Amino acid sequence: MQDQPSAIELIEVVGEFIRNHAMPQLKGHTAFHALVAANALDIVKRELEIGPKAGDEEHRRLKALLGKDGSIDALNRELCAKIESGEMTLDTPGLREHLWETTLTKLAIDQPKYSGYRRALEEKA
Amino acid sequence: MSGENNPIAAPLAEVVQKHIPGATGIDALKRLSGGASQEIWSFDAVTPSGAVPLILRRAPGGFRDTGRSGTAVPLETEARLINLAAEVGVPVPPVRHVMTEEDGIGQGFIMDRIPGETLARKILRDEEFVEARPKLARQCGEVLARLHKVDKSKLPPLRVATGRDEVEQYFKTYKELDYPHPVFDLAFRWLRDNAPPDSTELTLVHGDFRNGNLMIGPEGLRAVLDWEIAHVGDPMADLSWICINPWRFGNIDMPVGGFGLREDLFAGYEAAGGGKVDPARIKFWEVLGTLKWGVMCMGMASAFLKGDRSVERATIGRRSSETEVDLMRLLAPLTGKEQ
Repeated sequence: MQDQPSAIELIEVVGEFIRNHAMPQLKGHTAFHALVAANALDIVKRELEIGPKAGDEEHRRLKALLGKDGSIDALNRELCAKIESGEMTLDTPGLREHLWETTLTKLAIDQPKYSGYRRALEEKA
Repeated sequence: MSGENNPIAAPLAEVVQKHIPGATGIDALKRLSGGASQEIWSFDAVTPSGAVPLILRRAPGGFRDTGRSGTAVPLETEARLINLAAEVGVPVPPVRHVMTEEDGIGQGFIMDRIPGETLARKILRDEEFVEARPKLARQCGEVLARLHKVDKSKLPPLRVATGRDEVEQYFKTYKELDYPHPVFDLAFRWLRDNAPPDSTELTLVHGDFRNGNLMIGPEGLRAVLDWEIAHVGDPMADLSWICINPWRFGNIDMPVGGFGLREDLFAGYEAAGGGKVDPARIKFWEVLGTLKWGVMCMGMASAFLKGDRSVERATIGRRSSETEVDLMRLLAPLTGKEQ
């Protein structure tokens, strides 16, 4: 067990440092890239918070859908092949739900402010 | 890089004196942006009656590596297309001179510098464009109708791509990038099953008609820019590309570039003689356009992993998931109603 502060807390403080202290001293492209860097840290933070549980759930759904075991990468590749060939479609029980769940989780980590994601959450509710 | 000490300043001044009536030299030369396949320089021709605002579009270092990108047309072709578009009433910056070998500047051309705004953030939010915004969708439709009517027999040699061709091209890129995206496979499957018939009539297509390539003034659309990926294809592709969600910049309920409604875009298109808009093909191209942007984001991730250590490139890699949610809303809507 690591000491405090946690990884998430460290990332938060580095993000605050970039936004509140470093960025105001920067100009033009470098200032823009600093903002992009701070946004990247936000992605990492959300991935640390959401990723482990969501990854386990995605893995479990993949095993159930495909009826076999394997790494999450291997199972995703197999799912791709079955969708590409037409063997699995949106009518295949569980596929539509799996794709939606996985996609919404990815957005919750990558870009929770994205308009398409916000709208999808409203439509789901 | 400023005007002084710039290796192209002297040869450019010479070209301008020779080809711009009354010009005695150039001033205010500056590089505007550094695209991978294109340099854009802004400068003024100095004349006794005042400064003439101009743009030089030039291949990087003077020569376009045609092997690098299979889709970009040579700059001479781009200049020719701008002239043909002007002939049918598409607003474009008039081409002043196409570089020849003796000009010593490499491949490129000089065109007028049209004042206005291309940044979506400003066009969609600033007070200055409050009157332009409600007119833009219809104007875009009218302009696309004219653009699609350019006489094909006058066209320079161009890539011809049907919907099916483009699906296979992007599928190949997707597979080469070698990272699983089940939603992309779902979209490719749908596109293969819903491709427009081979009998679809093909026309000149701009190929990148969207915010960023449209010069907008307070009164509306002033010029269509950046013809480098023009080709012969399904005209519905241009009507759909400007409607994909990434180009709406958050204004999700304004499908046309974040500023307008499809109804206005299509009404303008049909009124200007563009022919009947086909909803099935519109949807096909919206799915394909969305997927294209997703594959491009994967390409950014791949470029980063191969050594381009830009923080911007790295994070764009994480934006392919945005296109996945857009594709899911198009293909597997949660409301049971297709978007």
